[in-house]
Amino acid sequence: MSATATPTTGPRGPGSARSAALTTPACRLLALARAELTLLGRAKGTLFAALFVPLVVPFTMKSTVKNMDLDGTGLSMGSVLLPSAIAFSLLFAVYSALVSVYAARREELVLKRLRTGEVRDVEILAGAALPSVAIGLVQSLVLMGMCAALLDVGTPGAAHYVVLGLLLGLVMFPLLAAVTSIVSRSVESAQVMVMPLLFASLLGSGATLPLEVMPDKLASVCELLPLSPVIALIRGGWTGELGAGEGLRAILIAVAWIALGVFAVKRWFRWEPRR
Amino acid sequence: MTDQVIDVTDLRRSYTGGFEAVRGTSFTVGRGELFALLGTNGAGKTSTLEVLEGLARPTGGTVRVLGHDPYRERAAVRPRTGVMLQEGGFPSELTVDETARMWANCTSGARATADVLASVGLSGRGGVRVKQLSGGEKRRLDLAMALIGDPEVLFLDEPTTGLDAEGRRETWDLVRALRDQGTTVLLTTHYLEEAEQLADRLAILHEGRIAATGRVADVVASQPSQISFELPDGYFPGDLPPLAQLGVTGHDVQGRTLRLRTDELQRAATALLTWAKDTGVELRRLDVRAASLEEAFLQIAKDATNEKETVR
Repeated sequence: MSATATPTTGPRGPGSARSAALTTPACRLLALARAELTLLGRAKGTLFAALFVPLVVPFTMKSTVKNMDLDGTGLSMGSVLLPSAIAFSLLFAVYSALVSVYAARREELVLKRLRTGEVRDVEILAGAALPSVAIGLVQSLVLMGMCAALLDVGTPGAAHYVVLGLLLGLVMFPLLAAVTSIVSRSVESAQVMVMPLLFASLLGSGATLPLEVMPDKLASVCELLPLSPVIALIRGGWTGELGAGEGLRAILIAVAWIALGVFAVKRWFRWEPRR
Repeated sequence: MTDQVIDVTDLRRSYTGGFEAVRGTSFTVGRGELFALLGTNGAGKTSTLEVLEGLARPTGGTVRVLGHDPYRERAAVRPRTGVMLQEGGFPSELTVDETARMWANCTSGARATADVLASVGLSGRGGVRVKQLSGGEKRRLDLAMALIGDPEVLFLDEPTTGLDAEGRRETWDLVRALRDQGTTVLLTTHYLEEAEQLADRLAILHEGRIAATGRVADVVASQPSQISFELPDGYFPGDLPPLAQLGVTGHDVQGRTLRLRTDELQRAATALLTWAKDTGVELRRLDVRAASLEEAFLQIAKDATNEKETVR
């Protein structure tokens, strides 16, 4: 691609004398993320749900967990609650917030308008996701700190699994949000469309009920849900009891969901509202 | 070699439902030219423009902007084009300044945001949220963002729809100034006056096809001028001198009103008035009208509709 804008033909405005410095992906990404963060700050409802739910709700489950029969599962109060807390962060601060963001930007034709410019498609989606992903990351770190301080979970036995689990989750849920937004015609419908994955994840991925206490057959199906490998890696990484085989299996399931998400977004993502 | 900035060859575009919005259009726009796509709603203007902007792939035919495929060679084209969509495209909760900053940081060689906003008369509105702008102000913000990177090629989809008369004039002045600086402009409009005022050349789109194209004067000249009047009592069209001798190419009668079409308006009018004087009759409701773009536009739409009905 030639960077010189054919100054030989036709007189152009004084602006054409300026060096034609091209924008960089990082610059564009930050510009979009900054605008998106401003918008998030003005959407008080979304902001409250994103910040408050993951930091408070998991701890209301404390009494339920106390009554669970955890003997023989190798789990403790802390190792049940910590992954749950991170799950709430991924589901509410990242996934469900972003489905609304994508639906709203599409509805207002922001996505279409951005596509007329130099921003690439992946930058548009990533830029919009960046603030939510950052919140999810910071929240998860804070939650780990809170659990360490309040629930005596100790230090992770296999930290690399914890890190990997969190990173996979932070990539997977924005993608799943983009996919969910495909079927969300408006911000209102987005709030309904997030329900299936939200419920399936909360009930079946070990976020509220560890897979270890489920019947084996049900557990082996639930292992395949998108959130399950994330929880398995974080919980197993923290207790240090995740074997290499189990770890690899969880990573593969997570990567498969990410690949599926990328495929679906490339194939079906809508950049403008249906008419 | 002529410097063609936009080159469209046999463009077709169908939607998933099967509706064919663009049915084989071809045109070129040279560097520094202002080209207007004129048509009624649903004529295929926006469908054509979206392909040129690189938002959609053509179903058939080829499109080149600055020598590149705007869809597949996006990175080569985008830094040199500016686009204004038919409506909106900015988050309603951002302020004008925040919107401009975001857009500037996403655009190569962006001008200072304050200058661009001033050029469209939005100085002093920087702190206002987009949702609180008037319809006209929103259009001007949209135009400012299209101009922020000093584009070589500007696509404007109905740039003055929703503007009041003054806003429309101001936008015209701005677009003219850009053209004078050498910017190539492709705009769509359903305002005949806008095309007449601004365009070097235009194409009239009708049902996805180009019904007429050329310089405004040429398109107008291809249409006949008209003379209409009420036949005096007791007179019939046959009482006039032979119409061919008057230079009249066609006529129709509606009630008592006779309408003549001619390519030689002065000759036909003179002959008609001489006959009236000699005969001593008064031609009431006399209307002598040179061809205009409006007449041309209406005639083309009418011809195309008639043609279709004949085919059926």
